[in-house]
Amino acid sequence: MEKMVIKDSGYKLEKAKILRTKQLTDKEKFFEIALGNGQPLDHEPGQFIMISLLGIGEVPISVASSPSGRDSFDVCVRAVGKVTNALHKLKAGDEIGIRGPYGKGFPTRELQGNDLLIIAGGLGLAPLRSLIHYVLDNRRDFGKVHILLGCKQPKELLFGDELEEWNQRADLYYACTVDRADPDWAGNVGLITTLIPGVDIEPARTFAAVVGPPVMYNFVIKELLSKGIPERQILLSFERNMKCGNGKCGRCQIQNLYCCQDGPVFHYEKIKNLSEAM
Amino acid sequence: MEDTHYVVLKKENFDQFISTLAQKQKLVAPVPKGFKSFAFEPVDSAGQVALKYIPTVLPLKKYFMPQRETLLEYRAGKVMKAEAVVEYEPLTIFGAHTCDLAGIQCLNMVFSERPKDYNYLTRKNKITLIGLECNEYCDAYASCNLVDASFPGGGYDLFFTDLGDDFVVHVNTRAGDEIVASTRSFDKTEPFQLDELRKLRDAKRKIFVNEVPIETKHIPELFDRSFRARAWKDLEARCLACGNCTNVCPTCYCFDIRDELDLTLKNGIRYRVWDSCQLEPFAKVAGGFNFRKERSVRQRHRYYRKFRYPMERFARYFCTGCGRCTRTCMADINLKETLNELLKESEDRVWKRWL
Ligand SMILES: Cc1cc2nc3c(=O)[nH]c(=O)nc-3n(C[C@H](O)[C@H](O)[C@H](O)COP(=O)(O)OP(=O)(O)OC[C@H]3O[C@@H](n4cnc5c(N)ncnc54)[C@H](O)[C@@H]3O)c2cc1C
Ligand code: SF4
Ligand code: FES
Repeated sequence: MEKMVIKDSGYKLEKAKILRTKQLTDKEKFFEIALGNGQPLDHEPGQFIMISLLGIGEVPISVASSPSGRDSFDVCVRAVGKVTNALHKLKAGDEIGIRGPYGKGFPTRELQGNDLLIIAGGLGLAPLRSLIHYVLDNRRDFGKVHILLGCKQPKELLFGDELEEWNQRADLYYACTVDRADPDWAGNVGLITTLIPGVDIEPARTFAAVVGPPVMYNFVIKELLSKGIPERQILLSFERNMKCGNGKCGRCQIQNLYCCQDGPVFHYEKIKNLSEAM
Repeated sequence: MEDTHYVVLKKENFDQFISTLAQKQKLVAPVPKGFKSFAFEPVDSAGQVALKYIPTVLPLKKYFMPQRETLLEYRAGKVMKAEAVVEYEPLTIFGAHTCDLAGIQCLNMVFSERPKDYNYLTRKNKITLIGLECNEYCDAYASCNLVDASFPGGGYDLFFTDLGDDFVVHVNTRAGDEIVASTRSFDKTEPFQLDELRKLRDAKRKIFVNEVPIETKHIPELFDRSFRARAWKDLEARCLACGNCTNVCPTCYCFDIRDELDLTLKNGIRYRVWDSCQLEPFAKVAGGFNFRKERSVRQRHRYYRKFRYPMERFARYFCTGCGRCTRTCMADINLKETLNELLKESEDRVWKRWL
């Protein structure tokens, strides 16, 4: 067997440096990252990257920041296993490997001029934060913007300071609920679906963007459809097991679609008949 | 058939041909491996080559997409250094049946679709492919006619047809031409030899018929009707989820990517290995959710990846009819039987609508 270095390998890594970290919750940590070549990541909201720790492995992680106006980018990582736990041990100044960005993000051009209903369950806020920041950076291009947030308990809420800011802003409608309250919680209690009937939207001109755990989708979609939002205007982002990001390894397949290349963001209309989707 | 694209190799020159080829670069061909099994292995004389053989245990993908291959070499630690690499080997393959040539054509499409896989493509460009016609069925497991893979359909540099005293050889590429010129073993074709080839093909058309009673072009519709078929449920109890079927499939290419450090814990590699959608953790994500938990659902996925999904992406079937999955399955899960059951079920349903 002979061996040679190849420049255009789909598995080549870009060096990147962690600029800043912040522990958000027990399980979730925030990282601000810059590519070693000084270039911006050049991603679309909703796209993901592969983060590498040499000798440990590689994981798909959503970009959690807007592409506009910055050379660095953010991710928010939940420690669940080998690579994500190792990532949590890293601090500012440490080096990691990056591939990507990958996949189809939110169709921002299609969204322009419309009202938005952004629905995040738990860690689903990470990819949606890239959309929310993008929309806030280009606020004039969009109509009314609603953000609905849900998670299990108050201590699992991500990006607390930002949530407060969104809550205060006059150009956003913001609501949040938890499944189980704690003694300090004064807000809504209940599943995220309970927030949907109350939002005041004009369904024909509203796009919904939904990201959350697998169990959430069916219930949320039912509510959105009964609100009258057209199937074409419901956007979902899916998590699958992913190894390559290049549409090859087969891990992420949803029937005939590859989540890593055809998604992770899909129009509901396109996947509603795929029983492996939800 | 244009005679200029055909040449003849007399059987008495076959040994000289094989040994000359083997001197140029590594040559592999089917060799017998005991009771009804064959494998592609290095050869240097004609005596080692099995001219009549049933599909080898592993298909040719083992050369195009090795079971394990290094993608990245690196030094871990504070300052990382990583280089993407490709492993390759100049190689000539002799004796590929039409089903296996079809398998490589499938893989070529997958790995040249964007984003291209340069590891595969680099390796592929170093491989010379010489096909060998099946004059009759290899065994009862084959279903190559069903998927249009029983006659040569390109994908080779040279293609051999055994006519008894000699081989008629189709020259398909410049690389094939160069082999003909440089091995000096070939003669011009005589008209009677091309006639014999034509007769052989006519005779084959009588022997090779669709092994399952459905017209090839109607297979996608059958699968469109079969997503909720009982046949999948029947496989739930039988399948052992061992992944043998996908390992031996010429068009299964799913893989896992893993890291490995050497003993210094500093230098390491990232490599990919064959993986299988039949294994339980394949579609599991963090948090434990498994998108294909049941064996029946994983079996269904396997069949749809052969007969339905690639039709949309690549406009061809990813089953080549080689029969390997059936030959190897310890639970006697049989591809032709499954297709027959789907057909029967779907016909039952059509009948019920009329009654
Ligand atoms: C498009 C996409 C975006 C994502 N975005 C984020 C994000 O922003 N933040 C975040 O914290 N997580 C995100 N994830 C999930 C994250 O990729 C997994 O949690 C991570 O791969 C687990 O790796 P590990 O090595 O830590 O765990 P492991 O030790 O490998 O395994 C723990 C569990 O995770 C499963 N698993 C293994 N590999 C994967 C994989 N590649 N994808 C999913 N599950 C896997 C295993 O089957 C096992 O059940 C995203 C996943 C996808 C597909
Ligand atoms: S079909 Fe047969 S070979 Fe394939 S996983 Fe099941 S038991 Fe193993
Ligand atoms: S992650 Fe490999 S095919 Fe999608």
